[in-house]
Amino acid sequence: MATQHSRTAARLMISPAVILLFLWMIVPLAMTLYFSFLRYNLLMPGMEEWAGFSNYRYFLTDPAFFTALRNTLVLVAGVLMITVTGGILLALLLDQPMWGQGIVRILVIAPFFVMPTVSALVWTNMFMNPVNGLFAHAAKAMGLQPYDFLAQSPLLSITLIVAWQWLPFATLILLTALQSLDREQMEAAAMDGAGPLSRFIYITVPHLSRSITVVILIQTIFLLSVFAEILVTTNGGPGTASTTLTYLVYVQSMLQFDVGGGAAGGIVAVILANIVAIFLMRMIGRNLDA
Amino acid sequence: MGRITLRNVSKRFGDVTVIPPINLEIEDGEFVVFVGPSGCGKSTLLRLIAGLEDVSGGVIEIDGVNATELPPARRGLAMVFQSYALYPHMSVRRNIAFPLKMAGMDPAEIARKVEAAAAVLNLTGYLDRRPGQLSGGQRQRVAIGRAIVREPKAFLFDEPLSNLDAALRVNMRLEISELHQTLKTTMIYVTHDQVEAMTMADKIVVVNQGRIEQVGSPLDLYRAPANLFVAGFIGSPKMNLIGGPEAARHGAVTMGLRPEHIDLSTSDGTWRGTVGISEHLGSDTFLRVQVEGLGMITVRTGGDSGLRHGDAVFLTPQPGRMHRFDADGKAMA
Repeated sequence: MATQHSRTAARLMISPAVILLFLWMIVPLAMTLYFSFLRYNLLMPGMEEWAGFSNYRYFLTDPAFFTALRNTLVLVAGVLMITVTGGILLALLLDQPMWGQGIVRILVIAPFFVMPTVSALVWTNMFMNPVNGLFAHAAKAMGLQPYDFLAQSPLLSITLIVAWQWLPFATLILLTALQSLDREQMEAAAMDGAGPLSRFIYITVPHLSRSITVVILIQTIFLLSVFAEILVTTNGGPGTASTTLTYLVYVQSMLQFDVGGGAAGGIVAVILANIVAIFLMRMIGRNLDA
Repeated sequence: MGRITLRNVSKRFGDVTVIPPINLEIEDGEFVVFVGPSGCGKSTLLRLIAGLEDVSGGVIEIDGVNATELPPARRGLAMVFQSYALYPHMSVRRNIAFPLKMAGMDPAEIARKVEAAAAVLNLTGYLDRRPGQLSGGQRQRVAIGRAIVREPKAFLFDEPLSNLDAALRVNMRLEISELHQTLKTTMIYVTHDQVEAMTMADKIVVVNQGRIEQVGSPLDLYRAPANLFVAGFIGSPKMNLIGGPEAARHGAVTMGLRPEHIDLSTSDGTWRGTVGISEHLGSDTFLRVQVEGLGMITVRTGGDSGLRHGDAVFLTPQPGRMHRFDADGKAMA
């Protein structure tokens, strides 16, 4: 089928889809880029004028920017650590033969089906609330002072909420990887004198490495744009303690009506995402090679 | 040393008895082959010895020490799996070194042993490759290398050649036999291929439905099969089993005659038949002869037999080569 003719036909047939996808990506990006060089404030419609790099200058010198940058990276790294470690442990547990396996697996996956806004609301109001939350009740039952999660460690609280949402995803991917592990390899390792811990380190973890890479890459893409959880819980506060880059862009364009500044922030976020992606691919991307 | 004794060893999965209590003695340095049809429990038996399955009853002794409750690693046995079970993310070197590393051996000592094993198995040029970059025969050798570096009391092979092509299988068969001659270590080898069993074994254990049907040297089993199952299983092509009045005439319920123990003539003989399909192997020809009242009889004859489909021939059983079996399928004296 790989004749010259069929290849030309294939390119021709595939071109509408490729062109559409390309436009889909390039038009919003180009418009954002264009807006980022305009003085474009929603309070002053029709007064747009060329602003050069001043939007970028203001955005990058904003004291909130570096806090936001740090918060973004801390949030992503924290969630990744919790979900990958927790995911491996949960997957190991779920891989054991047990009664009611099917139901337990569905229960574990359930958090992934809850919308981010809803789960954030449930966590803030039912668990982390210092007066009515379950954690507060538990603390009081033990005679301790209730802890105000969202006020005292807002970023950690949001990290926990997001990690709770993404844990099922990691568990699911790692569980399927675990189930594809050849049983004879485990038995061979057992005969070779490897104890349970050695078998985990030398057989299971290398076998899982590819799936861990997939989990990290996919989650990073989504975690860089976490927004609803912050809006619903802390609004980026107190101060800028839980403001991430995404949230800062929102503040800039929607609360300060500065579309130009927001667009500049958006471009900065795109550049940051690409830097993270390059680092990730350098560090772990080779695991994806067969 | 590698003396393995099974005493009343049995295995049940739930209500299903896979292996009823059996007894078996494996001497030090012996090459023992467990042979039987698929699903007869021979692999389970091997896994019981390896410690990969728990026994449901009975005692396994290795070198006179009760090993029934010992974990696999502490039994001092090495196993070569059907799928080879190499560690795909490790180089050949690290694969072979793995059991030594787990034993906490000195790295220099490990390197020396790995090199030595690789030299024996012609793997020296491949030490830094991954298993995925090796051919089937090379993977097989890596699996064997991983087993021999440990200097185990006994090797366990679980159908190790079934994933290789026919030519390679014959080669590896010879290599394993030679390895046994060199190492003089006890080897237990599981296969469903009776040719492998006949060619490699010092002692064959014929297993059927979890039971041991007969234990003996290859020629013992060939000359004096204890029952119908062994008679039909050992030897290629299969022994002709004849029932009915012809068997009764010889005082048996079933009588068995190997294809190589029947004389063929075009002029006279005991039975008259018509040639059906003939298989020409060059050195031999196997004729399927339809005999009136007996059914299809396989006969071995020379490679240059000029007989054709439909020719009339006469068959005469060689005297003293007939096997007689009673109603229970047991061999009669």
